[in-house]
Amino acid sequence: MNSSSPSTRRGARPFIGSPAGRALLALILVLIVGAIFNADGAFFKVGTHRDALRQASVYGILACGMTLVIISGGIDLAVGSVLALVAVCAATMSIHWGWPGWAVVPLCLAVGAGTGAVSGAITARWSVQPFISTLAMMAFARGLAKYASGGMKVSTAVQNPDGSYRYVPVPALFHAVDHRILGGNVSVVSAIFLVCVVVAWLALARHRWGRYLYAIGGNEEASRLSGVPVVAAKIWAYVASGAFAAVAGICQAAQEQQGDPEAGAGYELIAIAMVVIGGTSLMGGRGGIGLTLLGALTIGYLDKILSINAVPEAGRLMLTGVIIVAAVLTQRRRRS
Amino acid sequence: MAEQILSKANSPVSRPPLARMIGIGKRFGPVTVLNNVSFEIRSGEVHVLAGENGAGKSTLIKILAGIHTEYEGAIEIEGRPARARSPLEASELGVAVIYQELSLIGPMSVADNIFLGRMPSRAGFVQDGEQQRQAAEWVQQLGLEIDVREAVESFPIAVQQLIEIAKALSQKAKIIVMDEPTSALNTPEVEALFTLIHSLKKRGCGIVYISHKMQEIERIADHVTVLRDGQWIGSAPASEMPPAKLIQWMVGRELGEQFPRRAPHPGAERLRLENVSVYPGGFSERPAVENITFAVRAGEIVGLGGLQGSGASELLLGLFGAYGRRARGRAWVDNSEVRVASPRQAIRAGTALLTNDRKATGLVLPMSIIANATLAGLAALSPGGWRRPAREREEAEKTTAPMRLRAASLDLEVGALSGGNQQKVALAKWLQTEPRVLLLDEPTRGIDIAAKREIYQLMDEWTARGIAIILITSEMPELLTLSDRIIVLHRGRATAEFARADATPEKILAAAMGQETSGASHA
Repeated sequence: MNSSSPSTRRGARPFIGSPAGRALLALILVLIVGAIFNADGAFFKVGTHRDALRQASVYGILACGMTLVIISGGIDLAVGSVLALVAVCAATMSIHWGWPGWAVVPLCLAVGAGTGAVSGAITARWSVQPFISTLAMMAFARGLAKYASGGMKVSTAVQNPDGSYRYVPVPALFHAVDHRILGGNVSVVSAIFLVCVVVAWLALARHRWGRYLYAIGGNEEASRLSGVPVVAAKIWAYVASGAFAAVAGICQAAQEQQGDPEAGAGYELIAIAMVVIGGTSLMGGRGGIGLTLLGALTIGYLDKILSINAVPEAGRLMLTGVIIVAAVLTQRRRRS
Repeated sequence: MAEQILSKANSPVSRPPLARMIGIGKRFGPVTVLNNVSFEIRSGEVHVLAGENGAGKSTLIKILAGIHTEYEGAIEIEGRPARARSPLEASELGVAVIYQELSLIGPMSVADNIFLGRMPSRAGFVQDGEQQRQAAEWVQQLGLEIDVREAVESFPIAVQQLIEIAKALSQKAKIIVMDEPTSALNTPEVEALFTLIHSLKKRGCGIVYISHKMQEIERIADHVTVLRDGQWIGSAPASEMPPAKLIQWMVGRELGEQFPRRAPHPGAERLRLENVSVYPGGFSERPAVENITFAVRAGEIVGLGGLQGSGASELLLGLFGAYGRRARGRAWVDNSEVRVASPRQAIRAGTALLTNDRKATGLVLPMSIIANATLAGLAALSPGGWRRPAREREEAEKTTAPMRLRAASLDLEVGALSGGNQQKVALAKWLQTEPRVLLLDEPTRGIDIAAKREIYQLMDEWTARGIAIILITSEMPELLTLSDRIIVLHRGRATAEFARADATPEKILAAAMGQETSGASHA
């Protein structure tokens, strides 16, 4: 599940010096901290780990798409807004219109992929810096989410024509997603996250397109001159990122049992942090989805350990900032 | 020639020269790029520095300009020892260099550029009015009628060059170095520049002029110094340097060990070009090459000769679709016409291009040898989109085996390999696509002798298999020994074509410097 760079074998250098080794080390350090500050044994309960994984899952799903984009040398700032847009769409379609899950999910994926196609096309076809094009999409998708929802949370409280409210049942899709499996030990959203990791891994490590993304991120001009379809490959990276954001949006809506147009604000930054802590280079060309999984677990556990120890949010945020810098400094490649 | 005599009369021999570089040596790692070179710049004189690509001209200039600060030897400015430790110190000593790529800051105004880093200021605030007034004076002295408040990038290259000269003058520069200043200029602009150079001479400036154009050298040189392979070859007044002698000095090297290129058996015509023009900057700008027509037969190596700015690299890039549709003309591969607007289409048409800069445009350094060696042919190796890692490994082994690639494992990152091995990976990538036409731009640049010989050997084997090769190389012996035919380009035009037996370094260099020779044929 580990691919620091396409088919560079880990045996080529000592494991501990490789990005995967260092990302694993960071995760183990965080787990040791958790074992020491175990909050009267709370850290050793299964429920704690299940919740840590569940709370990291929505961010982790975003990080899967982010990994594809970052490896190609880009960035996608729009994922948080797209999450909100899709959450609103999913809630409207399944709560208000009563559409079944088999219709809602593909439509939501199409919405997410569509936003990605737009920012991808602006980035790759018209050579706008991805920071700018996705920043624009970040604003636009947020606006669209507010427009579609009328600026209100789309919940099970539905307004009647006479102005009164009635409550409709939570749709089956939301129940299915906000649920636990395997004897209550794994949340469905965590399972979805792991499926996303596998899908992204297949794309990066086993599909031609993934190799193209590494090549473009490593040297775009050399890739172009080697016949790599640079524009199409880049657009597809943003499409994928939009689709992953849509999956995250459905999960978010299911967990909250509503579509909140304000949801997901700042999530893009946590997704980027997960990718970077894993050791994927923001310059593109290096990294892998296995690393992102490690980065997601590191951030997820860090947050959980701080919260079971009742560290206030202010402290948690500051510590997270410190950890990101520390992780990136240790991941930095020595320049030869 | 009257000006020359005049200028010599104006420079009294008794006064020390403006600058004297004595016994300059410079090495980069194990490579000696300059060895015991001496050079003198006199007031009121245009001193032409001549030599082939890689002769050491730029390095010498960079030492004078304070860019390279580690060197052997000594520099005297107006008789006093001087050792500039930075470009700023060099400019305080009166040295200004006008590089081919101008060093102005495009979006800033003319006035800001001229006074960059030393603007007239009061309490830290720039005195804009004062700066503009002074800038306007300098610009007017060069006969330029421009608004100094406008951004530099809004002016054509020729004007930008004059702005750079105005900047040099405002810094009280006495020694002005011009590195191929006419490469981007058209004829009237060149005339204007020459007029300016004459007036600079009259002010007592010393001009160092680097050029690859024989015509220009004949016109403006007062004195000529020739470098070759980092050695000082000679220095003489221009009046004693007819073109033939200059070329002899520039070339005059033993051809060394001849490479055993087997007698070619050229087959049928593989590639045919008709009136190909390439416009890298768009159709509104001067084409890099114009109306190139030639053919290459199966198993033949056609060498493209030329000095910097000949347009040879751009011709290959244009053929390969790297400039999209910014190329005109027609091309045939194996008698079927091909239309190429992207490298993808070019690869499909059976061509492959080894670019002249493997790190910038050839390889993806963070990827493995396998990933690089299979990048161009990946679509065929991954039917349905899913990759076959085992097949890729097999293919990479197959294509790198004849290269004698020295790497512990094919999983190594290409960035970790030596230059020669990197080049072999880049070649392997292209051989993997089984091209019919191979375009090689400086295939042996920056690699050691052993690797060079191996690449020569490979080229010989590829032609034996019927591949047609177009070769660009700035190394004369390589061009002469590998090419079955040589076409020489000068500023985007073919000036001569030689069969292998007729080609001599002197003839090639003369054609590369713009002399149309009798041997020239325009089929």
